[in-house]
Amino acid sequence: MVLKIFFPQCCNTADSGLLVGHWIPGHNSAVVLAVIHYPFIPGQVKKYLSELQSQTQVDLTVLGSWSMPKEGQEGMDSFLKDLSTIFPQKCWLQLSREIGKRGFICQVVQNNGKLLQDQEQKNGDESSEGDKIILIHYDQRKVMLSQLHPVQDVGQKSDIEPSELRLVFQTVAQSQPLFFLDKYDDGPLKLTHWQSEGREASIIAELLKQASVPVCIFLTWLLSLWHWFCMVLKMLFISSKLSTCVQSGYRTVHFKTVFSPKKAATHMEFMRKANIFVSFLLDIALGLLLISWLYRENRISKLADTLVPVADRVAKELQELLEWLMGAPAGLKMNRALDQVLGRFFLYHIHLWSSYIHLMSPFIERILWYVGLSACLGLTFALSVLSDIVALLTFHIYCFYVYGARLYCLKIYGLSSLWRLFRGKKWNVLRQRVDSCSYDLDQLFIGTLLFTILLFLLPTTALYYLVFTLLRLVVVLFQGVIHLSVDFINSFALFAIGQRICRPYRLAEGVKFKVLCQEPGTPLHLMMEINPLKCSSVLRCYRTPTYSCYPKDSWAALCKKLFVGELIYPWKQKTDKTD
Amino acid sequence: MAEEEFTDINGNSISLDCQTRSAFCREFTVTSPKLSLRKVMVYTCFVWLFAYAVFFFTENTTVLSSAIILTLAGMMIHIHFVKVDHETLLIIGSLGVQLSSFYASGRESTIFIEMNKLKDIVINEAVYMHGIIYYLCILIKDPADPETVTSVVPLFQSSKPRLNCLVQVYRSCQEILAQFR
Repeated sequence: MVLKIFFPQCCNTADSGLLVGHWIPGHNSAVVLAVIHYPFIPGQVKKYLSELQSQTQVDLTVLGSWSMPKEGQEGMDSFLKDLSTIFPQKCWLQLSREIGKRGFICQVVQNNGKLLQDQEQKNGDESSEGDKIILIHYDQRKVMLSQLHPVQDVGQKSDIEPSELRLVFQTVAQSQPLFFLDKYDDGPLKLTHWQSEGREASIIAELLKQASVPVCIFLTWLLSLWHWFCMVLKMLFISSKLSTCVQSGYRTVHFKTVFSPKKAATHMEFMRKANIFVSFLLDIALGLLLISWLYRENRISKLADTLVPVADRVAKELQELLEWLMGAPAGLKMNRALDQVLGRFFLYHIHLWSSYIHLMSPFIERILWYVGLSACLGLTFALSVLSDIVALLTFHIYCFYVYGARLYCLKIYGLSSLWRLFRGKKWNVLRQRVDSCSYDLDQLFIGTLLFTILLFLLPTTALYYLVFTLLRLVVVLFQGVIHLSVDFINSFALFAIGQRICRPYRLAEGVKFKVLCQEPGTPLHLMMEINPLKCSSVLRCYRTPTYSCYPKDSWAALCKKLFVGELIYPWKQKTDKTD
Repeated sequence: MAEEEFTDINGNSISLDCQTRSAFCREFTVTSPKLSLRKVMVYTCFVWLFAYAVFFFTENTTVLSSAIILTLAGMMIHIHFVKVDHETLLIIGSLGVQLSSFYASGRESTIFIEMNKLKDIVINEAVYMHGIIYYLCILIKDPADPETVTSVVPLFQSSKPRLNCLVQVYRSCQEILAQFR
């Protein structure tokens, strides 16, 4: 079996001392975490290690000895061998380094006193080949901060046994309390690890951490008030239809996650919080940019001034369309009476609607000015408001679509039922199937008459239905595009991408090994570096789940609904509650 | 260290370099032929002559500048993402296998497969275009279920060496894997 020793790069030039680390269970490998220097008292070392063991839940032991001889310290070898009796181990490692050479010399003493060599046999004969040793150098700080993907939480019980590398990463990450003692501490022990030159910290980060707790508590209280207010509003039916309310409700949920005073326990929770916070900041920044563009040169008043003429223009176009339908559209011959009825009905609606717009026109500029200010809550908010304005302005198209669809649907329903009567069959509701039925003569007479009437009125109704469905689909498409972009801004994991670009070692997909130069008589030295996660995997893994607008039906189902005349709501939003 | 005359499946000459780092660690490097200057010149001249012809008819200088930008961008994309300079296979007994591809611009793309996920290294046959080729691949298993092969990772995909080269690499790898089975 090959013995693998993970050795931190920071200890390459450390003075002689004891190696402290952890034996990985199940694999023949050891992780060296720090070096304790002479002079030390063995009792204190044991006490310190047992204290740390209870703090970190990592089984820390003395692995062996490290010797980097300087001038005047030649008598170390025998001293080092005696140490193995003080710290009884199954395996005692003796790593040493000579000045001027780059490779380490490693000797492993097992419990029964047998000495294992690392020397390579020149002829490679199997009988005398002892166990081999690999020394893997790693950057302690990077491995401590890094997170291997796919993420498996430490406390989580899983069936998959963690692999050797994952255990190494977990060990180093969990041993953080070991790295708190630096060389300026006046303790009984002197350690060398990545932080032994002095603990790194930043005043601003510490101040922010201290200030964040009361701020979070205050904001959580504010949010609970806002949530109560929203609950009251939810009573109104219209609030679930307006995308602005949906977006604000969604943001409230986000804030609850971000501003909760509880510290994030797992890596995924922390990333989720950070992503939401950063994307919210970006949202606000983009919204403020939009405001500065809109309100410069009084663009918003110009926009308000063009709004009423545009609405008038749309009404005029619809009127012309209806008059075209009332004549002979595309050369088709319509049923004159039904045509006139439907046409006049819709024309009256348009007349009502345009007079309503004219009533509102003096207030439009003020309203739009204040509504435009709401963009300071974020670009997503502004886009939701735009979507709602479009929905309100095209409300008459929606109404026409509903009327046309209902009429068409009734017609189709009536036609199918009377067609069954025509053939002498009936729909059995109990059995949910078509059964034969004997009708009376007068039933048959009236049924056939009605069937004929409905059939000949079908083209007119179908044409109105077709025209208004197409208009409705155009509006729905536009709203869908807006919702998709809102969704994109909501779910984009900006913090994770930033981490991947600026600190790529934090999100690790795996490791890379490089063979360091060989010197004869030394074991194999490898350099372990972190292989960062690909950007596409980062986006997929850390995407914030949103109330994404998926098309509710497949294409086939949508076509069927259109044919039958059912009302379509193609962009159904996923909500938490099952409606 | 060994270097012999090998070719890839299209007949271009490649080189194989085996380095034995230790008794259980070996590194194999397959180097593809470099980017040929003649091809680059031919493509560039073709694109620019075409741009000149279009300019002659339309009298619009944006055609020329866009042709230049297109050529530069295309060349950069080609050497950064497409053209592989050499591929290496580093096998470390009891630790795992590392595959890396080095692109012509210096970019390196590496994956490391741990020993417990590695079932075996074999030579497979595949139907490729209008013929049958041999390729070396790693069989991956799930540590929880050691008998089933979950996926197959082909090696030396850009250089595509022929069977004689693959057999040499295969024999070397099997010597190491046999010790740690």
